[in-house]
Amino acid sequence: MSRTDSAAAVQTGAEALVSSLENVGAEVVFGIPGGAILPAYDPLFDSTVRHILVRHEQGAGHAAEGYAVATGKVGVCMATSGPGATNLVTPIADAYMDSVPMVAITGQVAAPSIGTDAFQEADIRGITMPITKHSFLVTHPEDIASAVASAFHIASTGRPGPVLVDITKDALQATGAFAWPPKIDLPGYHPVVKPHAKQVREAARLISASKRPVLYVGGGVVKGRAWDELKDLAELTGIPVVTTLMARGVFPDSHPQNMGMPGMHGTVAAVGALQRADLLIALGTRFDDRVTGKLSSFAPDAKVIHADIDPAEISKNRTADVPIVGDSKEVIGELVSLLRADDHPLPEIGAWIKSLYDLKKRYPTSFDLPDDGTLSPQHVIKRIGELTGPDAYYASGVGQHQMWAAHFLPWELPGRWLNSGGLGTMGYCVPAAMGAKVGRPDSVVWGIDGDGCFQMTNQELVTCALEGIPVKIAVINNQSLGMVRQWQTLFYEGRYSNTDLKTNRIPDFPKLAEAMGCVGLRAEHPNDVDAVIDKALSINDAPVVVEFVVHKDAMIWPMVAAGASNDDIKIARDMAPSWAQEDL
Amino acid sequence: MSAHTLSVLVQNVPGVLARVSGLVSRRGFNIESLAVGPTESPEISRITLSVDVDDLVLEQMTKQLNKLIEVLKIVELETSAVHRELILIKVGADIDHRGRVLEILQLFMGAKAVDISPETITIEAVGSPEKLAALMQLLEPFGIRELVQSGVVAMGRGPRSITDRGGRSAERHKSIRLVP
Repeated sequence: MSRTDSAAAVQTGAEALVSSLENVGAEVVFGIPGGAILPAYDPLFDSTVRHILVRHEQGAGHAAEGYAVATGKVGVCMATSGPGATNLVTPIADAYMDSVPMVAITGQVAAPSIGTDAFQEADIRGITMPITKHSFLVTHPEDIASAVASAFHIASTGRPGPVLVDITKDALQATGAFAWPPKIDLPGYHPVVKPHAKQVREAARLISASKRPVLYVGGGVVKGRAWDELKDLAELTGIPVVTTLMARGVFPDSHPQNMGMPGMHGTVAAVGALQRADLLIALGTRFDDRVTGKLSSFAPDAKVIHADIDPAEISKNRTADVPIVGDSKEVIGELVSLLRADDHPLPEIGAWIKSLYDLKKRYPTSFDLPDDGTLSPQHVIKRIGELTGPDAYYASGVGQHQMWAAHFLPWELPGRWLNSGGLGTMGYCVPAAMGAKVGRPDSVVWGIDGDGCFQMTNQELVTCALEGIPVKIAVINNQSLGMVRQWQTLFYEGRYSNTDLKTNRIPDFPKLAEAMGCVGLRAEHPNDVDAVIDKALSINDAPVVVEFVVHKDAMIWPMVAAGASNDDIKIARDMAPSWAQEDL
Repeated sequence: MSAHTLSVLVQNVPGVLARVSGLVSRRGFNIESLAVGPTESPEISRITLSVDVDDLVLEQMTKQLNKLIEVLKIVELETSAVHRELILIKVGADIDHRGRVLEILQLFMGAKAVDISPETITIEAVGSPEKLAALMQLLEPFGIRELVQSGVVAMGRGPRSITDRGGRSAERHKSIRLVP
């Protein structure tokens, strides 16, 4: 029975919170109870909203993110005041950087105790102000419904992001009028969705006149679900596409026009395309330093069309010649319509395309197999993708394995890739995979994790085992903090200060997995790889952890050193593409 | 770099000043002064920010402020707008110097002595930032013992009120529709 049968029932704040979550359509909440939030857990016990009891609040936050990315809905996490709330800080910051729609609900000490350093008091609204899209501190039960409804509205519209709802314990305990839908009063919030027609026409004019255009596509096109429009635009014009880390899969990797991922570990074709372009059509992307390298030397000859739903991203790092504020689906759709019409001819870019196709052919993403019989991490990740297929969801941690996953998994479908791009949160993988599996129970969900990352948040596998969330986690164990080790190899004369995790000895990952109620597998030899992946794919009633013991000196290439120009991309140590041969 | 005055209308709710000042500080925007108070509508407060930044920084600052949910409208005031600041200065003035200090005050409309002790005079002065700077320069030789400034507040000239005017971003970037 719905809790809202009577128009303005009197409820406790706790009941109002749970009713609000039900009414707003929340299916699942990841959380842990504690003193200040405790009243909310009583009505939650009877609710249609599924609560998943995690083992650490950080896990709740990343799970909410994983759920949100995999489903496109708002993810919800819940924690108590003080340490419960501060444990959410990392996932909230992560969601802020990657524009993930999330609502974090926290208990707060009773209103009269605020500011007294009460037990488990933390000013979580103040702490999270720089990393939330908005936040509410609710001290009266009758304000809960509107705060929750507003939070979901803000989190999911415009540029998505995390919203915090901090509710005092006395507000949860007291009674007040409850009515749904509540009044949402946000006079200062009007995200612009529809682009300005004149700006779009100007963009179409620049595209028509361009000789070396590139579609520089970011996560906003995934968030805006504009992949069909993107494909139309790309195929109509023939313009080559680069997809940033956040946009992997929004345009199929198998498509000949896809030059791959740009940036610090981007492909030569993608980086080369941007550097030599005369026009960047930047869609839902933010000219992040990991893409641009040294900003002053980024795409030096290019004019810039920059379309984003967030006006503040436009001309933040690189001045746009044609700024367009709007939803990516609308912007791209209108561009396609204009370019289909007669007054905007398609650009003549045959020579440009040919040279980029050639570049792509000569500098494919590749890797060398180790000659000592150990496993190649790239090969392992590639085989996971090949044996599982492009329809699965793939989460990753942060580091070398993340970059390899970005290059070697089968990115054919949009919205299948979950990773921590902006904040670079080690430990994202396991809980995010858990959240994705909750949201997509009928799909295979793989976590591609590192041995360092895995040890930060693996406790959520207990949650997965107990709650029936059969994720598959591949631990790419190179016995070290691999990305940092790579930098030490390249920039610190191989002085491996504190990057040796000694994970060849401790922990024993399969045993650890089994202790947490998962199936634990291990592959150490190239001949084992396919067999353990098949075995993992055959288990659907329990979480599986597969340890792949890989070569510890494998590096991620290509690479543009931090702060260097994209023109100085290396395809291997001390090896640069021979740009002199390129006639672009 | 050039001087700009932004009038920021915000919802008069707890924490809004923290949001604005926090944003300004964490994004590294340098501000000269910030003054805040309620307006003719009690539910709306007005923050006057005076900044000395180049145009790109000003644009980014305006856009970032506009993203705050509780910010209703941002208007950049013309340099011709009325800019006023209130200062209180405690200046050294014993029996030998008191007359000269009071003489200086005669020259400044809007400046007056509000407290006198055997060694000091406390002066209240209202005026444009330039005028107050000139006053302070003249008082400097007597020894400024204490100084407090309210921050600049400003209002456009003419019959139109700030609520009649287009927001700042809208003037700059036609593609950006501003909060009405």
